[in-house]
Amino acid sequence: MAMTGVLRPGHVQLRVLDLDEAVTHYRDYLGLIETHRDSQGRVYLKAWDEQDWFSVVLREADEAGMDHMAFKVLDEETLWRFQADLKKFGCQIERIAAGELDHCGERVRFAAPTGHLFELYANKDHYGNGISTTNPAPWPEGLKGMQAVRFDHCLVYGEDLDGSVKLFTEVLGFQLTEQIVDGDLQLAAFMTCSTKAHDVAFIRQEGKAKLHHASFMLKTWENVLRAGDIISMKDIALDMGPTRHGLTRGQTIYFFDPSGNRNEVFCEDSYVYPDTPVLTWTADRTGQAIFYHSRELNDRFMGVTTGA
Amino acid sequence: MLKGMEQLGRKGIPVGCRGGGCGICKIEIVRGDYSCQRMSRAHISVEEEAQGVVLACRTRPQSDLDVRVLGKIQRAVMRALD
Repeated sequence: MAMTGVLRPGHVQLRVLDLDEAVTHYRDYLGLIETHRDSQGRVYLKAWDEQDWFSVVLREADEAGMDHMAFKVLDEETLWRFQADLKKFGCQIERIAAGELDHCGERVRFAAPTGHLFELYANKDHYGNGISTTNPAPWPEGLKGMQAVRFDHCLVYGEDLDGSVKLFTEVLGFQLTEQIVDGDLQLAAFMTCSTKAHDVAFIRQEGKAKLHHASFMLKTWENVLRAGDIISMKDIALDMGPTRHGLTRGQTIYFFDPSGNRNEVFCEDSYVYPDTPVLTWTADRTGQAIFYHSRELNDRFMGVTTGA
Repeated sequence: MLKGMEQLGRKGIPVGCRGGGCGICKIEIVRGDYSCQRMSRAHISVEEEAQGVVLACRTRPQSDLDVRVLGKIQRAVMRALD
């Protein structure tokens, strides 16, 4: 299947307690590039190999968490088709005018059954990746910190896992790639709109919608290890890793931004095609599914979240 | 305060994000002097802050403190493991 519907995670808007501290973290340590500040004071950033104007928006607020995660769709016709399908599914739709986020076209906002706000949009201004499209260099010079390549996915917690999985697979055309199950009960669902191990993932948890982490891709295990060095050098709050996930096979390290939102940088996860079978982890192997080496569930990793 | 506890290899207050965002290290200061940096209002209301309910990761002691631990990590639903 060529990608004709939802293309990719486009951006995530995060709430931070102190904007300056957050910008230092995401720009200088994670290595994103600051591309804009808007009249509301929000800061826009992008990872170096992304073409569009931004993939992370930081908004100063009195609580941490995720405002929304947005996906780019192929074109406006696709956007309106999804809007109609989401309405039919029973979602409340809110149209967000073009320019509410600078450099971004009109957005279709909806709440998933888990309570998280997601958005779709078709247009965002082109910024480029710092490399010529003719005779391109392999990477641009002057990158900072962990040199994150792209905003990759978010993992979120919510109660109505079944509802959100149904919405993403049946309405938005996502493919279930991996899951954790306890008998008939699905505990975790990893889904992609493309050929990645995941573009969004959900874990079942009672209570309000939560953000578990926003994740950024690196190229190599060496880069993941180097991210660990930077975490120590810059006194960033480490969570877990470097280690390997069973789920997705990713090589990974987790840490927190200065407001307590969890970040991941990772490399070399698996991929799927539309005919790839779903991979299933049984609940008794959840420890191994999450941390393949230690095989132990970690209370902080499993239990610490920010709002959504 | 939380960093001090971690650096001494001590336990007692649950350690979460260490950034004032997750609310796991919520404590009540029973006695003593301290100052606080910004904490997520999702976890510490203005009233709580006034009554000495704070997040340990954002709290700098200015004297010996007596504290009561309020925070607890809520585990994700993993019923086969419970």
